Amino acid sequence: MAKKRVVETEINGRKTEFLCEPRQTLLEVLRNQLDLTGTKEGCSNGNCGACTVLMDGRPVDSCLVLAVEACGAKLQTIEGVSPTSGLNELQQAFLQNAALQCGICTPGFIMSATALLAENPDPTEHDIRFYLAGNLCRCTGYDKIIRAVLDAARVGKGLKKEAAKTQAAAS
Amino acid sequence: MRDFEYEAPNSVADAVALLSRNGTARPLAGGTDLIDQIRVGRLKPDLLVDLKKVPELNVLELSASGLRLGAAVPCYKVYGHEGLVQAYAALADSARIIGGIQIQSRGSIGGNLCNSGPAADSTPSLIALGAVAVIAGPEGTREVPVENFCTGPGKNVLAAGEILVELKFPARPAISGSHYVRFIPRNEMDIAVVGVGTAVVLDAKKEKIVSARIALGAVGPTPIFAKSAGDALAGLPADETSLDKAAELARSHATPIDDMRGTKEFRIHVTGVLVRRSLQASIDRARS
Repeated sequence: MAKKRVVETEINGRKTEFLCEPRQTLLEVLRNQLDLTGTKEGCSNGNCGACTVLMDGRPVDSCLVLAVEACGAKLQTIEGVSPTSGLNELQQAFLQNAALQCGICTPGFIMSATALLAENPDPTEHDIRFYLAGNLCRCTGYDKIIRAVLDAARVGKGLKKEAAKTQAAAS
Repeated sequence: MRDFEYEAPNSVADAVALLSRNGTARPLAGGTDLIDQIRVGRLKPDLLVDLKKVPELNVLELSASGLRLGAAVPCYKVYGHEGLVQAYAALADSARIIGGIQIQSRGSIGGNLCNSGPAADSTPSLIALGAVAVIAGPEGTREVPVENFCTGPGKNVLAAGEILVELKFPARPAISGSHYVRFIPRNEMDIAVVGVGTAVVLDAKKEKIVSARIALGAVGPTPIFAKSAGDALAGLPADETSLDKAAELARSHATPIDDMRGTKEFRIHVTGVLVRRSLQASIDRARS
């Protein structure tokens, strides 16, 4: 059996150290060792995107990343997206648009959409469909998810305008 | 998943040494193909050698002498590089449609080539753009034009202990354009039924074709360099008659099989259609 490795990472803003075997995927370690079970296992071969997490800001399928490869990386999982209380604007938009039924794909969609909005705060419907192509949903038929992300982008832009106004007023 | 050891060397020499010492060792770049192949038992390595910490494999350098693309550079950095997108558009076209965004965060063009799938989306673009594979191994370094790299489905010229270090591209002439297009029955996230990469150079008036390279994917056991089809365009006007001629010649290079994705007859037909479309797109890009 291969020796276990110490892996130092930052997960959801907290320094996290864990022990793992080289053969363990990041998904396995997140769920089974670190009890971060919000990240879901779907296909386990990089097709469905249910296990999407952000690694140094980039969306990755955590089933296709070895936990040892995460050494030194900053990770964000679904557990790290909401504020101390309540939901963030993307989560809220998913609820309001009924963008989920069984919910298994939702954490993955939220993580991919988080990366999209960070990269492109004003996406078109086409941008969203293209960016989220690596996330599969078998319940909603996607339209409600697309609407939720469009809504979240609108709200986000509004928030940023507010913040800019406040800043301008303060200076 | 099967038990294996993991090493992440910092130099090409160390990587080659590790891979040479252990017969079943496999190089790891993005892992988007490799990890799945280990999980399903198709590959049974005892050691993975992670190449992402080797500086030479992370090079992305555009200069007057051309483009150097390290073998482990992930796809998103390829289409995120403005100069590259301008000059080597076909490569960016490919990088944007390999898997979804999660795969593009990890998977590299070098890995796509080394996996050597006949339907690999980046290989026709590499061939069209004249890329050369720089290979390091126990015997030293050698260079292989990409059109000679793949030798069969999943097979290539890499010998034991050898790794792909980088892809080297010649500089693009001033009035040139390139393009990749594939046919899939879905909108995204699918394997090419046919893929076509083209690159053209136009004369100063942008009316005649100076030279062209055409490569085909998913219509044979390896990606195919349709040399005669590109060569036939040299000196011809950049018009429909010329493109029809090239499409006809390109079809004669295709040796597809019938499978769940398409019949032989369909694939040959689509090859002609896509060659015409891709050449037109390359010409349009050269003119713009």
